[in-house]
Amino acid sequence: MVRPGTPTPRQALLLLAVAALAAIAAFMTLGARGNWDFVLPFRGTKVAVMVLVAYAVAVSTVLFQTVTGNRILTPAIMGFDSLYVLIQSCAVFLLGSTNVAMIDHRLRFGGEVAVMVAFSVVLYGTIFSRSRRDLHLLILVGIVFGIFFRSLANFLQRLIDPAEFAFLQDRFFASFNSVESDLLATAALLVAAVSLVAWRIMHSFDVLALGRERSISLGVDHRRMVTIVLVLVAVLVSVSTALVGPITFFGLLVANLAYLAVPSGKHRFVLPAAVLLAVIALVGGQTILERIFAFDTNLRIIIEFLGGIVFISLVVQGKAR
Amino acid sequence: MTKFLLAAAGVGLLAVLSLFVGATHLSPATLLAAGPESEAVRVLLASRIPRTIAVILSGMAMGVSGLIMQLIVRNHFVEPGTAGTVESASLGILLATLLAPGIDLIGKMTVAALCALAGTALFLFILSRIPLRSALLVPLIGLMLGGIFDSVTTFFAYRYDLLQSLNAWTTGDFSGVLRGRYELLWIAFALTAAAYLAADRFTVAGMGRDFTTNLGMNYRRAMSFGLVIVSMSTAVVVATVGTIPFLGLIVPNLVSMTVGDNARRAVPWVALGSAAFVLVCDLIGRTVRHPYEIPVGTIVGVVGSALFLYLLLRKGASDG
Repeated sequence: MVRPGTPTPRQALLLLAVAALAAIAAFMTLGARGNWDFVLPFRGTKVAVMVLVAYAVAVSTVLFQTVTGNRILTPAIMGFDSLYVLIQSCAVFLLGSTNVAMIDHRLRFGGEVAVMVAFSVVLYGTIFSRSRRDLHLLILVGIVFGIFFRSLANFLQRLIDPAEFAFLQDRFFASFNSVESDLLATAALLVAAVSLVAWRIMHSFDVLALGRERSISLGVDHRRMVTIVLVLVAVLVSVSTALVGPITFFGLLVANLAYLAVPSGKHRFVLPAAVLLAVIALVGGQTILERIFAFDTNLRIIIEFLGGIVFISLVVQGKAR
Repeated sequence: MTKFLLAAAGVGLLAVLSLFVGATHLSPATLLAAGPESEAVRVLLASRIPRTIAVILSGMAMGVSGLIMQLIVRNHFVEPGTAGTVESASLGILLATLLAPGIDLIGKMTVAALCALAGTALFLFILSRIPLRSALLVPLIGLMLGGIFDSVTTFFAYRYDLLQSLNAWTTGDFSGVLRGRYELLWIAFALTAAAYLAADRFTVAGMGRDFTTNLGMNYRRAMSFGLVIVSMSTAVVVATVGTIPFLGLIVPNLVSMTVGDNARRAVPWVALGSAAFVLVCDLIGRTVRHPYEIPVGTIVGVVGSALFLYLLLRKGASDG
């Protein structure tokens, strides 16, 4: 496979890392006027949020695709992030926004993540074990669950008082600019915990990618591993959704680009490549948007646009089946 | 036939029930007691009857559009909402609003229909370019394409501060339907009737290009006709009441499970089933939080997806 002139996985990763660092450096320094004591922490927080989100989205998508054995699935298509939105709406509907607002940020976030993890493991664990052979059915069920959660959340939001709804809406449309620092710290902590677990079972990912039968015959406790991976994915999705709201096609985009960029199926190459690509896309995109175009628009909208186009062209070329 | 008549009578009952539900109290007794110039009669004529008709017409149009789409794309999971048609129609409405602020509903609808046609044609073009097309890829590509159109729409709406009005269009809602504001839906009805007359062509076209040509029929013409019907119906419905998600997916699938894939037989059942479904959802939306309303799009989303999930998973359970 490796043609002369094609970079090795290590070289590819190195190139991506350089590009990611360049993007971050550009974001931190370009167009900075005035007091560095103000500029650095201000932009630093934004970069931290973007890197964290990039990491969470990239890792969760790659792992999800490994478990499901399909490169066009993402947790978002399977309704994970609408589930998060639904849980938030339920909390406000049942407890009221004043009560929800009174709970400590970190505690609330932890609780939401816990509910989401429990729920998604039961739900998706059941679907995956039941219809593993019928991918067709699986994806359709996922999409429909997504619509179901979204409509149900919307329904609850209609029953909620308009003032409470405004409170809720604020939570869904947090942009990269307005993230509370204690939430950022909690999110970073959760991501670190997930990474630790993922690191320890890294060797199993490549085996899982071979499919259920083969990984069982190679001695992997498939059911247990899949459950663990689903928990990790659920935590990561909660983190990224809590920080910046749902981003549907971004994970799909960076995961597929990573498979193309790194000429190797091994997770120790693909995972970092996907993370680096996500960082380049988010930080680089935001830099271009803020500094060069001075454009008052939302990066998410552009990512969805480009992500969709790149993905469809990948499918048309027959590279992502 | 008797079954069909019974079902039609059932839908008729639902329609009558729908006339007497709403914020203003209205019952058959008050109607009879009141004179022809009274408040009750005016509410009935100006609001309730138009609304009920609008519900039935848009339900039929979306259901039958879904069926036609599934036939011409040859995939059971495609409907205007999963093929980019709805999103491109919404984009058309936004463009019309931005470029010609004073434009009337017919103008908006025309632009929306053209955009819907272009969007759906793009979807079919992409499908034709895919070498190995799996059943699962088709709705996924439609959803992606819809996402792309949607992001363009959001982009402009965001810049021109139209996000809120955009929200109002994208959620199907019959509360604004009054006499004089829904009549365009009769176009959708005419299109549905045309679809019924051409139903056999869609059945044949659904068998594939070679088979169709073998039978001496013009495949391309059948496809284009289907495309025009779907795009125009969707545009009319989106322009007048907003999007009704999921309807074109669930009702045709339920019908094909019971009466099979013959379009001529399926179209009347799909039309009836969709009308009944939207009527029930609209009734729920009007009663749950009386006297306020929950838009029908939301209710259809919840009820429709729950129903569909139940069917899918029950079927999945029996498969293994």
